[in-house]
Amino acid sequence: MTSKSNVAKKGGAVSLSGPTGSGKRMQHLRSGFTPLIFLGPAIILVLLFFFLPVILTVLISLTDLATSTFAGRWHFVGLGNFERMYISPYTIKIFTNTVTYVIFTLVFFSVGMALVISLLTTSINKTAGAIFRALWLLPRITPAVIYIIMVQYMLADAPSGILSQFVTTVLGGQAKNWLYSYPMVAVIVANGLIGTSFGMIIFTSAIESIPPEYIMAARVDGASAWQIIWRITIPLIRWPLLFVTAYQTLSLLASFEQILLLTNGGPGFYTTEVWALYAYHTALSNYLGNTEFGFGSALAAVLVVIGIVASVVYLRVFRFNEMVAEPKIEVL
Amino acid sequence: MIQRLRSAIPYILLILLTTPILVGYVWLIISSLSVRTYGLRPEGLTLENWRFLVEPIRSRPSIWQVLLSTLAFAIPLGLLDVTISSAAGYALSRLRFPGRRMFLSFTIILHAFPSATLLIAIFFVLRAVKLYDSILGVVLVSVSLSLPLGIWLMKGFYDNVSWDIEMAALIDGCSRLRTWWSVVLPIIRPGLAALLIFSFLGGWGAYIIPYTFLVTTSIQPISVFLQSLTGDYTFVNYGVITAVGLFQLVPVLIFYLFTQRYLMNLYSGGMKGGG
Repeated sequence: MTSKSNVAKKGGAVSLSGPTGSGKRMQHLRSGFTPLIFLGPAIILVLLFFFLPVILTVLISLTDLATSTFAGRWHFVGLGNFERMYISPYTIKIFTNTVTYVIFTLVFFSVGMALVISLLTTSINKTAGAIFRALWLLPRITPAVIYIIMVQYMLADAPSGILSQFVTTVLGGQAKNWLYSYPMVAVIVANGLIGTSFGMIIFTSAIESIPPEYIMAARVDGASAWQIIWRITIPLIRWPLLFVTAYQTLSLLASFEQILLLTNGGPGFYTTEVWALYAYHTALSNYLGNTEFGFGSALAAVLVVIGIVASVVYLRVFRFNEMVAEPKIEVL
Repeated sequence: MIQRLRSAIPYILLILLTTPILVGYVWLIISSLSVRTYGLRPEGLTLENWRFLVEPIRSRPSIWQVLLSTLAFAIPLGLLDVTISSAAGYALSRLRFPGRRMFLSFTIILHAFPSATLLIAIFFVLRAVKLYDSILGVVLVSVSLSLPLGIWLMKGFYDNVSWDIEMAALIDGCSRLRTWWSVVLPIIRPGLAALLIFSFLGGWGAYIIPYTFLVTTSIQPISVFLQSLTGDYTFVNYGVITAVGLFQLVPVLIFYLFTQRYLMNLYSGGMKGGG
């Protein structure tokens, strides 16, 4: 507590409470231990399950801790795990998968589809638009396990698969197990349909806050719908666009729950294994029975570092000072 | 005529894009009531799939046991998340204290931070505090990981409350804690309810955290139970699987129907500053 803020508070208090008030009565307004009471539980949990794990991830990544070395037989291996990551022939495969997954999901769904849906739903009747958006939120609110069961059934081979049936009866094509034929596409679409809603909500509120006169004026000047979208709407929502891109890149990079459920990294040899899933498999559910916490943590540490750096950068880009403005009530 | 057609284009596009999503839900309902399905075509209407309501599936825990475990996880998760977030959010919105800026920026960083990467290390933390394979452990982990969003949302709610009433209470000699509890909290009740439902539903559908940190089948929540059914190759009965899935999904849809507007804002992460 700086002395300056103390003075400011006391002075303000006296003037506000008028002639009947006194500095003493306002004593309890000083912060003192109060913030600790309010923040205490949050601080403890965040320390225990955020900060400690971040440090532990880094520490464990420097060891060869694994089920085979568990009972005190583990060693400090320095950067050995990272060296192994660098040499391993799998790394490039996992890396390529991750980049493919993140970029395609981002471009076609988190930003692309989200933009399409929000442009379409804001151009029609308000209620109808809201209904369509509510439907697009369904994949997100549906528990992941159920959602993935639906996707699996949708993509299954004949006679049960819905897509196969549609393709054979309506389009006259071949039935197949779509999940096995195009696993990465399936992973991207399944995750994309969930990811669309985030951008959709943010873009919609950004589009709705564009003054209607802009659009009106353009229309009077004879601009087509296409021109209005490219020349007016998109430039005006570039901040939300950038924000969604940045935020979703990070969350896609670390997400693996849906992939774990849908393909578990397969079929075959690491066809859909992304970085976060690889770390999880290595450290927590290895079929070979030897879970390698050290190497898994090293893999996770890469993501943790990317996560920290990216969030700090985002914080600077997205008007941080506005977000942490001083609280009003303390300036009595 | 051309004008009419033109205004129909967005509807046609939206229907085309949205139908694939809806098909899955339609199938879920059809399948849970049929012996088998070919695409969306049911064969043999039956209620047999719902027998799991009265009789355990094979040697698994009964659905009511599973429901109890799920509630024992999701209810404390919702309550703790709301209580802790609303307390911390209040401090960040209304109190001035050293480190406030730092705390706020940490909240935002943690919100963007991909917490799924920490599961490996959390495994060790849980073992160290002897909470591995316990409901309390997964509750605490889940609460912690949802705190950044909760705190941020709550701060937003407080920021929108005028502080005249609060001021009056403080000047009348109420303590900060009492003012918060009996004056400010009632004002943001809708926000509290929204976060409670949001957080509860998160626990209700949670998979990866309970799956990773709970090994005793009798305390695993419904998502893990359902997934274990689909993974059991000696038992692949989509009728039963979809019936259990629907059993889990219906409460979510009912909540969603009534709180859609609120939840819509929460799912976007309440990113006021970002937009």
